[in-house]
Amino acid sequence: MVARVYDTPAEALEGIEDGISLMIGGFVTAGLPTNLLEALFERGTRGITAITNALNSDTVLDRMCEAGRVDGLVATFAIRASSGKKSHFETLYRAGKVTLEMVPQGTFAERIRAGGAGIAGFLTRTGVGTPLAEGKLEMEVDGETYLLVRGLTADVAFIRAHRADTLGNLVYRRAARNFNPLMATAAGLVIAEVDEIVEPGAIEPEQVHTPAIFVDRMVQAPALPVSWDG
Amino acid sequence: MQRPQGLTRELMAMRVAQEFEDGMTVNLGIGLPTLVSSFLPEGRRVTLQSENGILGFGGISDGDFDQDLINAGGQPITLLPGASFCDSATSFGMIRGGHIDIAVLGGLQMSETGDLANWFVPARGGGSVGGAMDLAVGARKLIVVMEHTTREGEARILRECTYPLTGQGCVDLVVTDLAVIDVTPDGLVLREVAPGVTSEQVAALTDAPLRVPNSVAEMRL
Repeated sequence: MVARVYDTPAEALEGIEDGISLMIGGFVTAGLPTNLLEALFERGTRGITAITNALNSDTVLDRMCEAGRVDGLVATFAIRASSGKKSHFETLYRAGKVTLEMVPQGTFAERIRAGGAGIAGFLTRTGVGTPLAEGKLEMEVDGETYLLVRGLTADVAFIRAHRADTLGNLVYRRAARNFNPLMATAAGLVIAEVDEIVEPGAIEPEQVHTPAIFVDRMVQAPALPVSWDG
Repeated sequence: MQRPQGLTRELMAMRVAQEFEDGMTVNLGIGLPTLVSSFLPEGRRVTLQSENGILGFGGISDGDFDQDLINAGGQPITLLPGASFCDSATSFGMIRGGHIDIAVLGGLQMSETGDLANWFVPARGGGSVGGAMDLAVGARKLIVVMEHTTREGEARILRECTYPLTGQGCVDLVVTDLAVIDVTPDGLVLREVAPGVTSEQVAALTDAPLRVPNSVAEMRL
């Protein structure tokens, strides 16, 4: 099915209901689909399980937590080891009002890749002997201990790319790629916000990072600045 | 015993960088390890990898901020000719697949068998794992750089870690403000001491058994 182009981020969210699991691309300031997140916040959607690399304070996702829209988080980075600025998420987590599944970053990326590729799970040495191995099946292969980790999919993915053609072929800019092309493969409904939308053929086939088959909806929206207090 | 004055953070970073050999690909963790990129040894080609999908970056940039060009710590960076970008699964494939020669991570505690704890602070009841566990098991060699003791003077190099682990038996070398210590199959071996620091002082501030060879070199910085 050919991707549909919407005029505004808000319109690109048509039909999105409460209670979704939502993958959100991006790494710190790079490649965050901030326009879609702002529109989702405006929309008032609740009961979200967010699957994203990191939750930082002073971000739209943390404001969504503060507003009670988020039930749970699957992430690699959510609570700081240093007692710096505390996120709303951390306050809610400590009060038992949101759940957190902490995942090592390489395992997080591979779970999404696997989920999008129809692979139920994989074996990794990452995390063996640590608290993050709890509840996971250990398997020994050729004398080495591995954890069995499940693939991960979501109802919806928000991603950010640089260029798209009207079919949905995507090109990412610099380090804004990160988790975006993985999440594009792993959700039932994939919505991309992009800097510009061009005609088919304007992107060289060799240059396509995410083939159009993975993208359902697109909206042109310039990147919003992302605050980072690292 | 009075704790001796150790190296500054910059000198620790400089000592770590001496471990990089010509042609190596290196991943520098967040915090003190990031400083190492300012002290790369001259005349050696060292490629820097960042787990957010960058191979071949230069150093920290003081130019205009491009929010799409950052290292894993969120700092702006420069690119070198021949740099490439990839997605996070490919990037961690480089890491887990043994394609990274050296990873440098910060530490909170390590054990005599090279267990590392560096992501969760019990006193704060919090912490985040990021890419540390993947780097710990995946890099061909893991160097930990940390202060030899806590601010309260408690040893960080222990028989067993008391903090939650990042990885088991993963550390190959630790560089502290007082010493350079190898993790060997026979336990910890003191390789070098910081200028003005004695082997006895290092051993006294190390809880794990530390083998001290007859002659221990002073760090050359």
